[in-house]
Amino acid sequence: MCLAIPGKVIEVFEAQGLRMARADFGGTIRKVCLEHLPEAGLGDYVLVHVGFALSRVDPEEAERTYRFLQELGQLEELQTPETEQ
Amino acid sequence: MKYLDEYRDGQVAAKILAEIHRVTTRPWTLMEVCGGQTHSIVKHGVDRLLPAGIELVHGPGCPVCVTPLEQIDKAHTIAQRSGVIFTSFGDMLRVPGSWTDLLRLKSAGADVRVVYAPLDAVRLAQEHPDREVVFFAIGFETTAPANALAVTRAHALGVTNFSMLVSHVLVPPAITAVLQSPGNRVRGFLGPGHVCTVMGYREYEAIAAHYRVPIVITGFEPVDLLDGVLRTIRLLETGQPDVENQYSRVVSRAGNVAAQKLMWSAFEVCDRQWRGVGTIPKSGLRLRWELRDFDAEHRFQVGALEAREPAECISGQILRGLKKPHDCPAFGGRCTPATPLGATMVSSEGACAAYYAYGRRERHMVQAP
Repeated sequence: MCLAIPGKVIEVFEAQGLRMARADFGGTIRKVCLEHLPEAGLGDYVLVHVGFALSRVDPEEAERTYRFLQELGQLEELQTPETEQ
Repeated sequence: MKYLDEYRDGQVAAKILAEIHRVTTRPWTLMEVCGGQTHSIVKHGVDRLLPAGIELVHGPGCPVCVTPLEQIDKAHTIAQRSGVIFTSFGDMLRVPGSWTDLLRLKSAGADVRVVYAPLDAVRLAQEHPDREVVFFAIGFETTAPANALAVTRAHALGVTNFSMLVSHVLVPPAITAVLQSPGNRVRGFLGPGHVCTVMGYREYEAIAAHYRVPIVITGFEPVDLLDGVLRTIRLLETGQPDVENQYSRVVSRAGNVAAQKLMWSAFEVCDRQWRGVGTIPKSGLRLRWELRDFDAEHRFQVGALEAREPAECISGQILRGLKKPHDCPAFGGRCTPATPLGATMVSSEGACAAYYAYGRRERHMVQAP
């Protein structure tokens, strides 16, 4: 029910006084209400639930978390004592 | 898809899993709150990868599941009225009430329509001024702003033939109810990522501090879920009842303030009955008094309906993390998604329906490490 999917804003327009967008979800284009996400604009990824943009995907945060996860365990490998030749 | 595929990467998942095995020294029971997380955990088998002793129990976070039978019966009563176009999210169509479901009503001639966005229901009302368009407004805080937008737009545009049957619920009171249950086993929570995109996580800090349980706001993909489990176990192992934000790419501490404002412009807090659980104080939303003309219960005067749940259903205990689907003798036999006996089998995000859909008919024997 609380399913929300990130889509890329490819067009911003106004309809009946509401700030709307067209967003690309992996090839599927849907209309999205951007009215309550003033910080999001063209080219941004936004998290959308039932046609309503809830939040902007923060690319730096995404990158930071993901890099951290990818590096998990690497420190331990460094801590493994080297075998003497 | 960007921001989805990388969180399904098996190699990253394996690294997190190794770390979970490394940091775990004792058994812990964790609860994922949101039904979307339950579905993803069971679908990807995340729970079966964890060390023996780390148990995930499934929380009450499926709005379709916890919508009371009486409310569903009210929806069916209204949908049968002549002149009504009854609109709903697709999830509610197959949910059986006491005597029928929306899909059967539709095939019997009722005008039942699925909408993707609540605003579409308002547009439908504008296009059919001679008809009454009713929208079944269910959901958690994630959905509340979109539903609020629909009703405030109808109000602003003077669309008087639009109304909503509201059955909104809130997550923090449900977590509190779990923690207050006699026999509660849950020691840490994976918090509901999408609810927190709207609400932020200040409310969860108060719960974590008061009940001394760690809560990690977590996303929905396998890598997110494993990361959420890892962070929760770390907090438990080091005795820190803190709130952490695993889902920081979309969740901030304050949440989406504009969306919260919108939500409170349409709704106010009320006591709400949760299917399988009972009434939880201050756990729901209803339309504000100024918007009562848009309240379908008020408009159609359906009154109080009484519905009786099958006595053998244990969904209340499952929703509070006290039992698992396998503990029920009716699971998979008398109770299936086609013939559900209660809350946790009525939607694909309910624990019983997820277990059934992904072939978990038998209890899984956890192997010793």
